Order: sequence, then C-alpha cells, then structure tokens
Amino acid sequence: MNLEFSAEDNAFRTEVRTFIEQNYPESLRAVQDEGEEMGKEDFLAWHRILANKGWVAPAWPTEYGGPGWTSVQRYIWSEECARADTVPILPFGINMVGPVIYTFGTPEQKAKFLPKTLSGDIWWCQGYSEPGAGSDLANLKTKAERDGDFYVVNGQKTWTTMAQHADWGFFLVRTDPTAKIQEGISFLLIDMKSPGVTVRPIITLGGEHEVNEVWLENVRVPVENRIFQENKGWTCAKFLLAHERTGIAGVARSKRGIDRIKSMARTESEDGTPLIRDSFFKRKIAELEIDLTSLEYTELRTLASESAGKGPGPESSLLKIKGTEIQQRITELALEAAGHYGMPFFRGFPEDGANLPIGPDAAHRTAPTYFNMRKTSIYGGSNEIQRNIISKMVLGL
Amino acid sequence: MDFNFTDEQNMLRDTVAKFVQNQYDWDSRRAIVKSAAGWRPDLWKVMAEELGILGAPFSEDLGGLGGGAVDNMIVMEEFGKGLVIEPYLGTVVIAGGFLKHGGGDQSADLIGSIIGGEATFAFAYAEPQGRYNLADLTTTAKKDGAGFVLNGRKAVVVGAPWASHLIVTARTSGGQRDAKGVTVFVVPADAAGVTRRDYPTVDGLRASEVQFDNVKLGTDAIIGTLDNGLPLIERVTDEAIAALGAEAVGAMRTAHAMTIDYARQRKQFGVPISSFQVLQHRMVDMFMHVEQSVSMTYMATLKLDESDDERKKAASAAKVQIGKACKFVGQSAIQIHGGMGMTDELAVGHYFKRCTMIEGLFGSVDHHLRRYETLSLGEAA
Repeated sequence: MNLEFSAEDNAFRTEVRTFIEQNYPESLRAVQDEGEEMGKEDFLAWHRILANKGWVAPAWPTEYGGPGWTSVQRYIWSEECARADTVPILPFGINMVGPVIYTFGTPEQKAKFLPKTLSGDIWWCQGYSEPGAGSDLANLKTKAERDGDFYVVNGQKTWTTMAQHADWGFFLVRTDPTAKIQEGISFLLIDMKSPGVTVRPIITLGGEHEVNEVWLENVRVPVENRIFQENKGWTCAKFLLAHERTGIAGVARSKRGIDRIKSMARTESEDGTPLIRDSFFKRKIAELEIDLTSLEYTELRTLASESAGKGPGPESSLLKIKGTEIQQRITELALEAAGHYGMPFFRGFPEDGANLPIGPDAAHRTAPTYFNMRKTSIYGGSNEIQRNIISKMVLGL
Repeated sequence: MDFNFTDEQNMLRDTVAKFVQNQYDWDSRRAIVKSAAGWRPDLWKVMAEELGILGAPFSEDLGGLGGGAVDNMIVMEEFGKGLVIEPYLGTVVIAGGFLKHGGGDQSADLIGSIIGGEATFAFAYAEPQGRYNLADLTTTAKKDGAGFVLNGRKAVVVGAPWASHLIVTARTSGGQRDAKGVTVFVVPADAAGVTRRDYPTVDGLRASEVQFDNVKLGTDAIIGTLDNGLPLIERVTDEAIAALGAEAVGAMRTAHAMTIDYARQRKQFGVPISSFQVLQHRMVDMFMHVEQSVSMTYMATLKLDESDDERKKAASAAKVQIGKACKFVGQSAIQIHGGMGMTDELAVGHYFKRCTMIEGLFGSVDHHLRRYETLSLGEAA
C-alpha cells in the first residue's frame, strides 16, 4: 500500500505539464474564456498538436500509434490536461471506434481508418441510440439489407453528438431481423457524405447544438465497411461501452470545477462577507470535495487493478454514477454562487450580435451549463441502468 | 380553519385556467419568447379588459375585485401551469403591494392604471454587490431642492424592458447596508437619465441592467415613508415569495403530470418505463414535494397579514421548501424524460428552467434558512 507516485511518474508529470504550457494554443484559450460553443477547428487544433506529438491516443497500443503509457501515466496525463483546462479530445474516434477497429478490424480497415482517426482527418460520430432504443439499446430497428457487395441501410438514429461535423459514423444496424434481439446486429462504418444520409439538429436546454438526428434512407454501404462478423456487432458494442465508461469519472475536471466555485465564492459576497466564508456554502464545497476524494481513490484502486492486468469491470458503473453526480453538483453550486447573475441568457441575442456578457465573467452561462449537464446522468447508459448493472453483475441480485 | 375557496375565487381560477388553456398553449408561448418584444401587450389588455383579473387583489373602491393575497395565489398558480410570461408578479403583486401598503400621492392613480392594463411595473431592487440583502444599496437618492436626484445601477431587473414604471429602492441616508435610510420610489421608465441594457433570461423572460444618472424625482415619487422603506420592502417581498410559490406549484404540478404521462407511454425492454419501481418512487417523491409546497404556499399566503416576525418566518419557510422542491421536481422530470427532456422542443425542459430560476428569486434556500434560523432560534442560539 502506497499513495506516492514513483520518481518516474513525477518526472513524467513535469514533462507533460511543460509540454502543455509550451504548446497549448492561445487562440483556444480565448474561445474557452468566452464560454461559447466551439467549432470544428477549435476542437481539432489541440487534437492535431497532440497527434503530431504522438500523445493523442493515450490508451492505444504503440503499434497503432499510442504512446505506450502505463495506466498511472494516463491518469497523470488526464490530471494535467484538466489542470491546464485544455479542450477535451472528442471521444468518438479515439476512445470509441478506434479501439473497436484495432481490436476487431481487418488489416485493411486498420490501415484505412486508424491513421486518419489519430491525425484528426476523420471526425467520427456514434450511431447507436434510436427513438425507440435508448436504455434498451438492443431494441434498435435501423436495418441493413444485403445487396451484392453492399448493405442498404434504412432507419433513424438520434442523440448523435457532433454529427454535424462528422466525416464518418459507426452505426449499429440490424442485419438479421429474425434472430434473437442481440444476435442480429452488425457494426457498420458509414461515410456521412453518402447519398441518403441526412443530419438534423436537436437543440438542447441550454440552447446548444450538440446532438442530432441522423436519417438513413437507402444508404449504400460497402460490405468491406462492416467491422467483425455479420450479426456479431453486439460484441463490438459491448466492448465499446466498457471503454466509454473508463475515464467517465472525470475526477481531474471536477477538481478544476471545484476550484472555479471557490474562486467565484471569493468574489461573490453577501453583507460584505465573501461566500467562501459563509458557513452554509463552505460546508457544501467541503462535502463535494470529500465526495470527489472518495471517487478519486476509488478510481485509483480501479487503475491499480487495471495495471495488474484486470480489465475495467462492471465496477466502472460506480465511476460513471458518482462522477456524473459530482459534475452535476458542481454546476448546481456554480449557479447558486452566481446569484442574480445566473439569470441572464446572452447567447444569440440580441439579434444585432452584441452578445456582451452581463454580470461577472464567472457567472456567465452558469445556468445553461447546469441545464446542459443534466444529460450526464442520462447518456452513456442512464444512471438507473448503471445501478441495474451493479445490482446484477456485482451484487448478483 | 377553512381551506376552501369562495365562489368568486373558484370563478377566478376557472377564468384564468381557461385563458391559459385557450390563449397560452405551448406554441403561442414559444412564439412569444422568440418575438422581438418578448411579451404580448395585447394579451395583457385581454387580462385587464376581458378577464378583469389585473384588479383581483385590489379593493373595490380602487376599482378592483375586492380580493387579496389568496386571489394573487390563484392567478399565479394557473399562470405557472402555462409558464405565462406577462408581468403579473412585477405589476399586480409587487407594485400593487407597494402602492396598497405604502400609499403616496400617486398610488390611487397608479393602481387604477394597473387595473386598467395601462401601466406595467418592474421591481428594481437587486444590485451587483448586494446578492439577496435588500438593504445593501449603493443606489442613492439625494435631496435636491424640493425633490431627489437618483443615481446608481440595478441588476437583473425582470420585466424592465416592458415596464412603464420602475419601483426603485435607494439609499436616502445612512451607510451602504444600514436598515435605516432606505426609501422606495416610483420612477417612470422613460424618465430622463434612465438607461437600460435589455436581455433575455434563461427561463424565457426579459430583464435589464438599469442605470440611473441624475434622475430627478419629486417628493410624490416616494412610496411609504422617507428613510423607513425597508419594512415595506420586506413585506412586499414576502408577498412576492408567496405568489412565486404559487407559480412554482403550478409549474411543478404540470411538470409532474407531463412526467407521469411520458413514463406511461415510453416503452423500453418491452414495457412502459412507469412499471419500473425506481421511477415510480421518484415520481412519488415528486408528488410529495409538490403537495408540501402547496401547503407551504397556503401557509405563507395566509400569514402575510400577521406580525412582521410571523410573516417573515412563514415566507422564509415556504421559500426553503419551494426551493428544494423546484430542484427535485425539475431534475427528476428531466431524468425520467431521458434524452427527450434535454430538448428545447419539449415543454418539460422549460418548466425545469423556470423552476430553477424560482429557486434563486428573492433569496436562495440558504438565504431563507438563515433568515428563518435567526427569527426562530435567534435568541436560543
């Protein structure tokens, strides 16, 4: 038992911290400070810098372009990224489809997709959920019928994050309607520029355009774009979901979120007393910090067992539940700290475009962010579903 | 002990409920929020002239319907169900309260124009530094010949872009946070020296940052008494809290009903999600929160005319319950709706947003817990 990082790990921390300090683009800092929605190029700027350095995909095996870091190093990396408040690397290529392709793909598929996924030349989106298949994902209805060397795909996907920018999507489609529900599904890569693909925006509570509906009408997909065997797509889907949940705890980002609340609480005051000295508010921050510390050490224990060769198990559902609850709580406290200035909504208004902030910068967008973060207990398997997983897989109930 | 409404009050509820149903359906509200004006002056006229509800809480000799706080509660609850945007709270409840209790040279005339729908009001009390302390004022009104000259800035003045008049709290003597030395003024919104920066709020209303630069006021602009305005401000704010509680009850009831409907229709794993016990219990907890909020809204409303301490305790207790309920009911409504709850298209998210803003209006849960503690336990502690 030992809570210290090794000397090598500390040296690694210094190395990555220095790299971020010296290479993080100032232009991105400005966009982030404005608190506005980021465009495609904003997301890709940091991605490309890391791709050049060979650090964009920390978990990938070295043969496919990963840096060969240990799980502790990856943890340090995520801490340092959060500390520097870097733009997150979008998960769809690097964390989701990339590992599916290098695990289940053919050599041709690996060669075609992995380098461009790493470099950022392919922007991926995830075609999983459907209007009737959310928590019950296996109930998906989008069908793919064989026509020679092609599949003809018809159906509708929803909640497709950032599909408006996507070059390619990975889709779960039903290839055998007669098989048992999880056995007739295949995993297809679809070029989003294919005829018959339509992307329609869904605007969410904070006014954001993050998610979309994707309609597929007689989309012809070459059979060579199927990953793994026909009707065995659920294996890829389950593999991907397990990967999606690692890192979902978001401990390092939440630490930064708590720091932000503390700094708001130093400037916001009532009766001339800063909120940070208010016994009620102080206690809420302390409770949140303790909650986060519990999560941090739970995650570290998970990491330690991963280093010992055990993959992420159903325990990762715990990380998802607690991680998202803490992220949501942070946005609650930020909104509370903002006081009256949580109310103004300045995005896209007035029409003349003079969207100057009203009130202190830190209060800016606290309410839309709070609204937006409600999604975290819904997506990636709702927190109710995560509890079912623990109940069934861990407790055996 | 009587929790029944009078025949007149039941009629008032029916009238307002029908108005919301017929003229304030969801598409209409969306259109109002998106419009340049952000409200419907023509519907305000309908409320004044056809429904006659803008006179609900005013005495008959002033031209009103002879009701009081209970009537405000009824209107606000029904408005909450439709997320009505028009400024009943700022105009009838708050300005009406100041003018009724505070009197002043202009009050009879102004109440007349509220009832007639000609005047709308916004309450300019908050300041950037003051948070929820009603006496923390850097806005000053200094003696100037026979009148006053007003200078300062007010934050997040809800309804100011639509207002013909502002109710402004200002310091006429004493230090920045002294209880003494606070005075309430009524200021025409178009007076020389008043400038606004208007913006939409996250819950679909409009508000402004309002700047006063050497605005000249006569002594007839005073509502209540010079330098002793704080007790009046506290009283009217407590009335606003009771009314806001009623609005929250209306909004929460609707969000809860929508959630139950959705859970019954939405199928996953071959069954309606309403059959899952974990969601059933959550919907039961929502129900309990709503019922407790109804009770506290009644209690606070019925205690508005009691002693200052009783009234304050009741209002703060109600605001604590309502603040907690708004959070729980709002968040649960979204969670049970799943991804659909996150969309701008579905109404439920907008109920969540309004409930969230009500949590903070006129003081957060913490603020009112502290006020309650001081009143209830102050001497023992």
